[in-house]
Order: sequence, then structure tokens, then C-alpha cells
Amino acid sequence: MNAAGGRGARSIAAWPRPVRPRLPAWLPYRIQGLLAPNGGYRRLARWLEGSRARYRIFAATEQKVKNELFGCRMCGQCTLPVTGYACPMTCPKQLRNGPCGGVGQDGSCEVYPELRCVWLEACERAEDHGRAADLHLLQRPIDQRGWGQSSWVNYWDGRDDGLWATGAASAIRDDRPAAQV
Amino acid sequence: MSASPPRPSLRSRLESAQTTVTSEVGPPRGADPEVIRRKVEALRGWVDAVNITDSQSAHVRLSNWAGSILALAAGVEPVMQVTCRDRNRIALQSDLLSAAALGIPNVLLMTGDHPRFGDHPDAKPVFDLDSVQLVWTARTMRDEGRLLSGRKLDPPPSWLIGAVENPFAPPAGFRAARLGKKIAAGAEFVQTQFVFDVPAFARWMAEVRELGLDARCKVLAGVGPVRSLRALEYMRSNVPGLWIPDEVGHRLRGVPPGRVADEGMAICAEIIQQVLQIPGVSGVHVMAPGFERGIPEILARAGLARAGVGSDHAY
Repeated sequence: MNAAGGRGARSIAAWPRPVRPRLPAWLPYRIQGLLAPNGGYRRLARWLEGSRARYRIFAATEQKVKNELFGCRMCGQCTLPVTGYACPMTCPKQLRNGPCGGVGQDGSCEVYPELRCVWLEACERAEDHGRAADLHLLQRPIDQRGWGQSSWVNYWDGRDDGLWATGAASAIRDDRPAAQV
Repeated sequence: MSASPPRPSLRSRLESAQTTVTSEVGPPRGADPEVIRRKVEALRGWVDAVNITDSQSAHVRLSNWAGSILALAAGVEPVMQVTCRDRNRIALQSDLLSAAALGIPNVLLMTGDHPRFGDHPDAKPVFDLDSVQLVWTARTMRDEGRLLSGRKLDPPPSWLIGAVENPFAPPAGFRAARLGKKIAAGAEFVQTQFVFDVPAFARWMAEVRELGLDARCKVLAGVGPVRSLRALEYMRSNVPGLWIPDEVGHRLRGVPPGRVADEGMAICAEIIQQVLQIPGVSGVHVMAPGFERGIPEILARAGLARAGVGSDHAY
């Protein structure tokens, strides 16, 4: 457990604390296409799900890698690609839609003032890479049954498809008539 | 339930071109309903609605819905605050339905303070939904008549849905957009964190207008008096996300000790007048925890006294 800083791996059993990603954002943005679902990945996902042992080894590997790089806690519903590759599940309030109102003027987390708000990381990393619009997506409530699952397998199987709303429902600016209060 | 609210409801006031005023009453730590009745009655006629907090600052208090019913009974329309801190999506939807059934016409949906700095730091923080998701859930319940599970609600609730935003917290460039997410999710009015820095608030409002959000959501600027130098220090160091620029401290220290509270009220009244000049601001939300009785005087100083009320107030 890394009690002092917000960087690097932590026990996924511990309560969430903001983690500053170890990986610069440009790298995952550049290679994210390599994980995109295709026939091969779907076959791999089915093969992994065909055996409890295979699935567990795969999920443990995913956990090891993503925990080391992003502080991943294995929610099973990975949103890293649209949060600047900073993990919102390390937010003590596990906010999926942006920072709370308690962020300090110095960028400190309301709950752990010695750590930096993970959503500041997310916003800066997304904006620096021209991905600010990702932050406007409405993130749906997660399925709490997904904890411990491999989000890669879920992604390849298409179970992740509804994680965030796209289209009109996600637009912060729209051309509909003004809301009737 | 004795008196019905004497003023137009919050919804109709927001629809009108008139300045809307809301306030806030924190329920007591104790089983005496008189505390709420007294605080609410001091505000009757002065405000369009009164927020009833949800165990504010993660300190256990009488519940939000019970407080809201007591406010209704005392003749002021409540805005029931609901946080994501203590309830999962089952309890949240159940409480929202209950509020509708009990005649609570407005809900204000927020994430809530973390229990770590409350009176039960050993409590489990729930945060099953976040504030945007809770607003979305409420809108789905009301407009689609469905629960998150998809099951039908018969009849669906009809409350006005509110949200909160802090214009002063980093990241500065995302705060108006975050309000935009809440509006896209269903928020119809927003109350802000305390405004002490009017220029910073005006900059945020410019972004709000630039995104066209003021046409889709009514903005109530949060304001409140600083009552003493000790209160100033407490607010600065203990209230998450609160930004008080140095000028406020200079002014409060510049008057004799006996006049600090009065100066705090004067500053508050000035801020009210200034924020109401900003295009897109529909009104103010006055917060004075433990000093609800002083709110009418602040409103009167700001020129927001209303015809037919105030004669029973001592100034």
C-alpha cells in the first residue's frame, strides 16, 4: 500500500485514494486501438471464459498491469479511455462524471488533502491530448456486480457498450427548446 | 399539515422574471421538531423555498424528508437535499418516491461530503451513484416513469430537479461544463457554493452563458454572512471547496470587534446586489447555518424585502 503518495500500485481491497497515473497519457492514447474488439479478441474472450483457471490468470494479469500503471481497482467497467487514462475509481467518492465541488484551490483532494484530485489529472491529460469532449460524456451508473471481472474481456464481449451515453443524451450544449422549469 | 405555502411555489417563481430567493435550514441533532419549525417560520414570506439538508457535513441529523415535512407544516415550501453518501440506488429511488408521495415538490441532488470528516468517520461511504447519475435517475423516474431497473412507476413523481455546482473549485475550465452535464442529465435549477469572489463568479457565469446553459437551467447564486473572525477561519480551513478572497478578511478586520457580525451581513447584502446584476442569474440561495433568524435582515438590506411581510421583524 502506498500511503504517502498518489503514485503507483495500491491494494485494491483498500478504500479508494486518488492515484496519479504512472503512464504518460500519450502512450495509451496512441496504442488504444490495439485493444479494440475484433474477431480474434472475441474468440480469445470466449476461450478465457471457457475455463475458470484461464479467466482468473488473465484477470490477475490485467489487474497487476493496470493497478501498477493507473491504481486500477478492478471495477470491471473500464472508463480510462475517456478519462485521460486517470482512473476515477480511485476517487474516494468514485465519481465517474467529473470532480466534486470539494477540490481545494491547490488542486488537493477533499478527502485526502495530501493527494491531488484524480479528476484534475483526468481533465489535464484529456485536454492536453485534444480529448476534452470525452469528459462531457454522461457516464451511466456502474454495475456493482462487475468488481473483480476483467474489463478487457467485458470490452471485447461488448458488455461495456452502454457505459456512457452518446448522442443527444450526452450533449451539454443542445438546440432543444429551453427547459420549461 | 396546517398552512399551505403562502408564496408562489419555487417552480412558478423561477418561471417568472422575479428574483427567486431560497434559503437553507439544517435539521437538529435531536428529536425536537420545534427547532425546524422555529427556523422555518422566521423565513416564511421572505423566501420562495427552504433547503432541508441531508445530514450536512456528514454529521448525523434528523432526516432530510422528515425535515422537509416539518417545513411544509410550517408553511414554507421545502427543497429536499439528497446526497449519494449514505444510500445506494435502491434507497435513493425509494426516498425520492417517498418525497413525491409526501408532497415535497423540489429535490436537490448532490454527491455529498465524504464521511471522513463527519461525526462517524468509521461509516461506510456508499457513493453507489454520483451526483450526475442521481440527477439522471430522478429525471428518468419523473419523465419516463421508470426506475433504473426499467420497472414502471405508477404514477411517476413530479418534483422540480435541482443540482449544485462550485464555480470556484479547480479545474476552472471544467466547472461550467460540469453544470452542463447536470443539465443534460435533467437539472432544472442550480444553487452554487458560497460566492465571496464576485469577479470569479461573473467569469463562471460568462462561460455558463457561452454554453447556453442559463437558458436551460435557473442559476441561484449561493451567498451567506461571515459572522465573526473565528467563523472566517473555520470556513476557510474546514469547509470543502469554499473560496474566500483576502478582501473579505481585510474588511472584517477593519471594523471594531463588536461590529464584525454587522459588517459580515453588509458584505453579504452587497454581494447579493452584485450577483443579481450578472446576466443569467435568477436569484440567490442564502445560507446562514445557525443564524437563519438573521436572513430576513440581510434580504431587507439587499432590497429583497417583499410586500406584506417583515412587519413582525425587529428592525
